[in-house]
Amino acid sequence: MAYSEKVIEHYENPRNVGVLDKEDPSVGTGLVGAPACGDVMRLQIRVNDAGVIEDAKFKTFGCGSAIASSSLATEWIKGKSIDEAATVKNSQIAEELNLPPVKIHCSVLAEDAIKSAIEDYKKKRAARLSLEKGPE
Amino acid sequence: MALKFPIYMDNHATTPVDPRVLAAMLPFFTEDFGNAASRTHAYGWHAEAAVDAARETLANFIHADSGKEIVFTSGATESDNLAIKGVAEYYGNKGKHIVTTTIEHKAVLDSCKRLEKQGFEVTYVSPGPDGLVDPDDIKKALTEKTILVSVMLANNEVGTIQHITEIGALTRARGVLFHVDAVQGLGKTPFDVRSMNVDLASLTAHKIYGPKGVGALYVRRSKPRVRLVAQLDGGGHERGNRSGTLNVPGIVGFAKAAEILMQEGEAEAVRIRGLRDRLWHGLTKELDQVKLNGHPERRLPGNLNLSFSFVEGEGLMMAIKDVAVSSGSACTSASLEPSYVLRSMGLDEDMAHSSIRFGIGRFNTEEEVDYVRDLVASRVKRLRDMSPLWEMHQDGIDIKSIQWVAH
Repeated sequence: MAYSEKVIEHYENPRNVGVLDKEDPSVGTGLVGAPACGDVMRLQIRVNDAGVIEDAKFKTFGCGSAIASSSLATEWIKGKSIDEAATVKNSQIAEELNLPPVKIHCSVLAEDAIKSAIEDYKKKRAARLSLEKGPE
Repeated sequence: MALKFPIYMDNHATTPVDPRVLAAMLPFFTEDFGNAASRTHAYGWHAEAAVDAARETLANFIHADSGKEIVFTSGATESDNLAIKGVAEYYGNKGKHIVTTTIEHKAVLDSCKRLEKQGFEVTYVSPGPDGLVDPDDIKKALTEKTILVSVMLANNEVGTIQHITEIGALTRARGVLFHVDAVQGLGKTPFDVRSMNVDLASLTAHKIYGPKGVGALYVRRSKPRVRLVAQLDGGGHERGNRSGTLNVPGIVGFAKAAEILMQEGEAEAVRIRGLRDRLWHGLTKELDQVKLNGHPERRLPGNLNLSFSFVEGEGLMMAIKDVAVSSGSACTSASLEPSYVLRSMGLDEDMAHSSIRFGIGRFNTEEEVDYVRDLVASRVKRLRDMSPLWEMHQDGIDIKSIQWVAH
């Protein structure tokens, strides 16, 4: 399979590979995909009090398109508010990377990873707020 | 010597034509270009003589009784189709049951699938975890209605060499015809249709440093005499078994390739096995969690099929663009399903996704092997550093214990 230049570029110089402390209350973690399907993405965000994504990191088990999709996703969501980040669509990722039809699922996975990380962060925040508020 | 990139290590897919083979073929394009079926002039006679000599060489190569038992075809796919459909059509009134294995080439499996639509029953025997088919399982699958057993000599993905002698003994005892797709093992592991009791065998030139587009089907002529219904209608060439003008240059090249292997095959296998083991030991010295797929001993000398745990195969191939190999990963096929061969062996799907097949051949060198070892080791390490699964493994988390959400 021939890869687009953008996929190759992200694959060879992936942005934001790494780990954030998932116990940190300001960090949201999304783990999507399955080893049996050939791709697993872990995308993490660190969100400040204003609701802006200050940092994003990923690790991906998958083909070149999956790695490129996650790299691009972290690049795009950094500096965005979590509401803005939640609007990133797989079709935008697929278009930016010129993914062929058989690789569309890689971009779908990246979108799921973003959503899942945001959800995890929101869940943690809600739990923290209810804790701070204490019982009525 | 300077390395030439990409380094070719996919010799199960195809092989380059040996220069000696090409030299033997060339006159048959421009000078001795006659049609082997032309009986009225010297051009035709020369072509026919060359084809007949090639038949004898190939018959000797596989220990057949006579060159008359060699039917030339366009390649192994056609040979497999002709063997299975041709036998089924001729012997179908005797019984409509065929036994084969789950790890055969698609040319065998899909021919069987077509026959199933026409009312035949097919039993697909699974191999063990090492890729080896137990002859006892073949025996158990035989019924009163079985007319044909088809088992490959060696598997194209994991290189496992099947128990052809044992299976041949039991099919002969039961009076069932035995077809062997010998494409991958030919010239690399002993193959003897006489002692192995093989009745039909598919062969191809391009896996043994001959040209593409030419193959053969061995069809036994005595004890038992095997009959076929031709699958191509036309001029009745090849004793009525396969119509179509013979590919004379290709056939000459095929025979030359066989002749070289008859002289050099044994020594070559030793050299290639040495290179393969050098790569295997080199990689396992550098890397943990590398699994050998297939049987450790009963395997083709040039075959090394490895799963690099926690790294996806296609992603790895992209990282080693300087090396031409193939993968059992889903991503390399249109179907998004990982290798059916590896799955039939019971390999976990994630390990199938992580597999790479190295196929070492005649023209590979020690220098190439060392380059590939270093490149693969460094790229696997890099990809593992990017892999969430590797991190979990390092942290002592069993990835099987996680509830993954399949998509």
